[in-house]
Amino acid sequence: MEWEVVIGLEIHAQLATKSKIFSGASTAYGADANTQACAVDLGLPGVLPVFNEEALRMAVKFGLAIDAEIGKRSVFDRKNYFYPDSPKGYQTTQLHHPIVGMGHIDIELDNGSSKRINVTRAHLEEDAGKSVHEGFGGMSGIDLNRAGTPLVEIVSEPELRSAKEASAYFRKMHSIVTYLGICDGDLSQGSMRCDCNVSLRPKGQQEFGTRTEIKNVNSFRNVERAIDVEIERQMDVLEDGGTITQETRLYDADKNETRSMRSKEVENDYRYFPCPDLLPIIIDDNYIEAVRSTLPELPDAKRKRFIESHQLSANDAAVLASSRTLADYFEIAAQAANDYQLAANWVQGDVSATLNRLEIDISELPVNAEQLGRILQLIKDNTLNNGGAKEVFNALVALGEAGKADSTVEKVDALVDSMGLKQVSDTGAIEAIVADVLANNPKLVEGYLNTPVEKRGKAMGPFIGLTRKAAKGVNPQVVMEVLKKKLEELG
Amino acid sequence: MHNKTIAQIARDLAAGEYSSVEVTQSYLDRIQQLDHNYNSFITVTAEQALAQAAAADAMRAAGNATPWTGVPMAHKDIFCTNGVLTSCGSRMLSNFVAPYDATVVANFNNAGAVSLGKLNMDEFAMGSSNESSFYGAVHNPWQLDHVPGGSSGGSAAAVAARLVPGATATDTGGSIRQPAAFCGVTGIKPTYGRVSRWGMIAFASSLDQGGTITRTAEDSAMMLNVMAGFDPKDSTSMQQDVPDYTANLNDSIAGLTIGLPKEYFRDDLSSNMQQQVRNAIAEYEKLGATVKEISLPNTHLAIPVYYVIAPSECSANLSRMDGVRFGHRCDDPQDVNDLFKRSRGEGFGEEVKRRIMVGTYALSAGFYDAYYKKAQQVRRLIKNDFVEAFKQVDVIMSPTTPSPAFKAGEKTSDPVAMYLEDIFTIAINLAGLPAMSIPCGQVDNLPVGLQLIGNYFDESRLLNLGHQFQQVTDWHQQTPADLV
Amino acid sequence: MALEQDQVRNIAELCRLQIDDAQIAAYQNNLSNILELVDQLSAVDTSDVAPMAHPLDAVQRLRADQVTESNQREHFQQIAPATERGHYLVPRVVE
Repeated sequence: MEWEVVIGLEIHAQLATKSKIFSGASTAYGADANTQACAVDLGLPGVLPVFNEEALRMAVKFGLAIDAEIGKRSVFDRKNYFYPDSPKGYQTTQLHHPIVGMGHIDIELDNGSSKRINVTRAHLEEDAGKSVHEGFGGMSGIDLNRAGTPLVEIVSEPELRSAKEASAYFRKMHSIVTYLGICDGDLSQGSMRCDCNVSLRPKGQQEFGTRTEIKNVNSFRNVERAIDVEIERQMDVLEDGGTITQETRLYDADKNETRSMRSKEVENDYRYFPCPDLLPIIIDDNYIEAVRSTLPELPDAKRKRFIESHQLSANDAAVLASSRTLADYFEIAAQAANDYQLAANWVQGDVSATLNRLEIDISELPVNAEQLGRILQLIKDNTLNNGGAKEVFNALVALGEAGKADSTVEKVDALVDSMGLKQVSDTGAIEAIVADVLANNPKLVEGYLNTPVEKRGKAMGPFIGLTRKAAKGVNPQVVMEVLKKKLEELG
Repeated sequence: MHNKTIAQIARDLAAGEYSSVEVTQSYLDRIQQLDHNYNSFITVTAEQALAQAAAADAMRAAGNATPWTGVPMAHKDIFCTNGVLTSCGSRMLSNFVAPYDATVVANFNNAGAVSLGKLNMDEFAMGSSNESSFYGAVHNPWQLDHVPGGSSGGSAAAVAARLVPGATATDTGGSIRQPAAFCGVTGIKPTYGRVSRWGMIAFASSLDQGGTITRTAEDSAMMLNVMAGFDPKDSTSMQQDVPDYTANLNDSIAGLTIGLPKEYFRDDLSSNMQQQVRNAIAEYEKLGATVKEISLPNTHLAIPVYYVIAPSECSANLSRMDGVRFGHRCDDPQDVNDLFKRSRGEGFGEEVKRRIMVGTYALSAGFYDAYYKKAQQVRRLIKNDFVEAFKQVDVIMSPTTPSPAFKAGEKTSDPVAMYLEDIFTIAINLAGLPAMSIPCGQVDNLPVGLQLIGNYFDESRLLNLGHQFQQVTDWHQQTPADLV
Repeated sequence: MALEQDQVRNIAELCRLQIDDAQIAAYQNNLSNILELVDQLSAVDTSDVAPMAHPLDAVQRLRADQVTESNQREHFQQIAPATERGHYLVPRVVE
């Protein structure tokens, strides 16, 4: 039988607020266990929540970025369940009146076309703490530092039809929330996690098949792999005449398999009701327009502009627009050099290679965008040749690696000078150097003059090398011309 | 000394008649001598109280005294007190030494008041007789085999027995007014959102409101001056200016219109009760007020609405009591579920478990619309009744309770009968209005309370009306016969 | 509305309350009576009535995004039943 895959994603993105959604505790990652869990986060008796205005602003910003309806009256509900890392015995979330209603994003498919995916809703909620299972002598340790970190949960319509599409959707969401600056997008720290709802149905059937939910997948690659193995598993079951059980599953990346999660199956009656400690959130058009005015250019718009205004290829534009920091870096350098293609080549070439080699983010690169822009300028005005430019770039990286990074543009010029990389194009200066070289190497000159005229082109090689050695950075084009003239004068 | 009101003690301290340490010590002695009769205190913080008193005396000597400097009082054990056991009357919190102060507690501390300790209450404020406390029942000083009312039974009994001149209390469905009526003292529940709920252990968040129990309306005004106000830590706290509640106590009440809801003067109310309340209203007429019959047609729905909303909210509010971060934890839990179930099963008493289960059921899949949502809708109808009524009248009056204090054990086996005790007080919490109970008579040697219901933020008017009544009557000065 | 004993057991499980079997009948009786009391609501017409969230229909106030709390772990964990290396201890959680 031919099966159709139906996938919907629920993405949890941690909002990049300084403090928690309902308390004044810090949201910084990596602190010692429970040192950033205040009385509210711990759910101690008598404490009360107060809503963080920045979490609201960020959620509205997201809604506007995906062209969604903004909930002018949204309400926090309590979702009741007992779990050791859920300190109040309920999670504060939004069920019936989310802050963001129906919206959409476009994803790019492999064949170059794009596909619109509708976003059902996005709501605000609080994150839970973490359970640590190792190192407590058969017990579990509970760390509530993460409890109360603001999240937006972004729920897609079940419109994704393959693991690849799902992964493209996740990447696109990642790109949007990081562009907006509302999430740091750090998957390794769990800043974005994804639940994948997967089901199969016979091709042509309207009705959905029974779905399973793969919880907490936290990388682009794993979303693709987890869904692919789950599709395979479901297909095997169905082809064998079996039925799919609606359940929550976990993806084990090491074994590349999904397995049933036992603990969450006990109950599914969450007894939602409006949180009486919080009141309805009311926002008006003025608020929404004020937030809209802070929206940055989004990835799709930027990609389009790179192609249309700066004649980049679709591929270059897609790569450079994929991340806001990369795009900003690229654009600053390109503007300084007044050459988008040259900057595009460099960012995708030496810059990317260095980032990969050092396993760092563009923001940590010891060569900042202004410095790269200066290097490109020097190429453009013939002060540096390509090799010299690479040498300056690498020297800046090396300084950074040695902990001596210098972020000034002047440092680029200083390095060009101190490394003697300045390309000499002045014919008079080069004539003097060539004259010296010829005078100091009479045997070579003699050999050259004894070479038949038709083979003299090749015999000029050693003179070029010597000249460039004598004066680093001489313009090879000019050297060739001067040498030719001088040698011809000799006979 | 123990017969003095807060206002008198404040004046005496200011006049140097005695020191705060002296008055504090005298109350501490009295508690030690007499409270075994009433069981009104869960914790007496003698050492801290004397230290606060000494500090207050020093403040006064330095010329920095406020009206509250050095005046003794006590807190219902529902208010978190930093470093002091805050049990909420429950085994679940019998080891909970709160790590912070409730805003109300901090306000009294900042005002220079002296806290004598923590007062007994029905477990998690669920009850109308103060028989559900893990620390034992509280006894009514008027007749020890009668209940003091609940849930603020410790606060009411302690004030009635002159163990403390004033106490904080909370009211979710009548928990200030009913015990105040049963014990012959004055209790006020302010408008919802008037007093911060931060650090006040939640029973039903949308109904809970902190207030006071004192002997006089004047003392209630003095306490509210400290308690009331906006608190940025409580999202439901109202940003509304706080008047000086003592400023209008002596205003004339001539020309005010009193509404008497016909649904509150029912035929099944005993003629004795009716008579006491009618007499009190006649006093108001003598003071120049006029009386008008009104109707609050949805009154009969208040108890059903309450017994959906309060248990639903409490079922979630008490979920944090899970034996993980604080409070009672069972021995040798086998797994996480066993830890939750046994810690909670052992930590909570019967009535609390009943309400958690009712709330859990009302919120469970398929029942939300029929119960919780329906109740929130009917709640608006009940509120609208009052909004309409206050277009015609300035204040509404009724009996506080259908009968005087009942005997201990009389209603413990029948929760529904116990719930009906709050029939005259519950609707006010649902509407979020301020209301007060003042002693207005006696039946069979037990006090009877008159309930005064005000419009939103009209606490000053209620206090004014209470004070004026207490200028021309002496019910508030009556003392239980056993008391010396 | 009368509850079955199994319903009582399910409710107790849902809200994590250990109830002795001997007490189930008493809870069944009490809970059924309470539900009967509240069932009066079903007769009320509320078709045009908005549910009431706050007596004064107040709306949520917003807090500035500022870190105002500092580490109080030792203070808070003094009242904890079991902790180790800053973590709250519970029987092993199975996922």
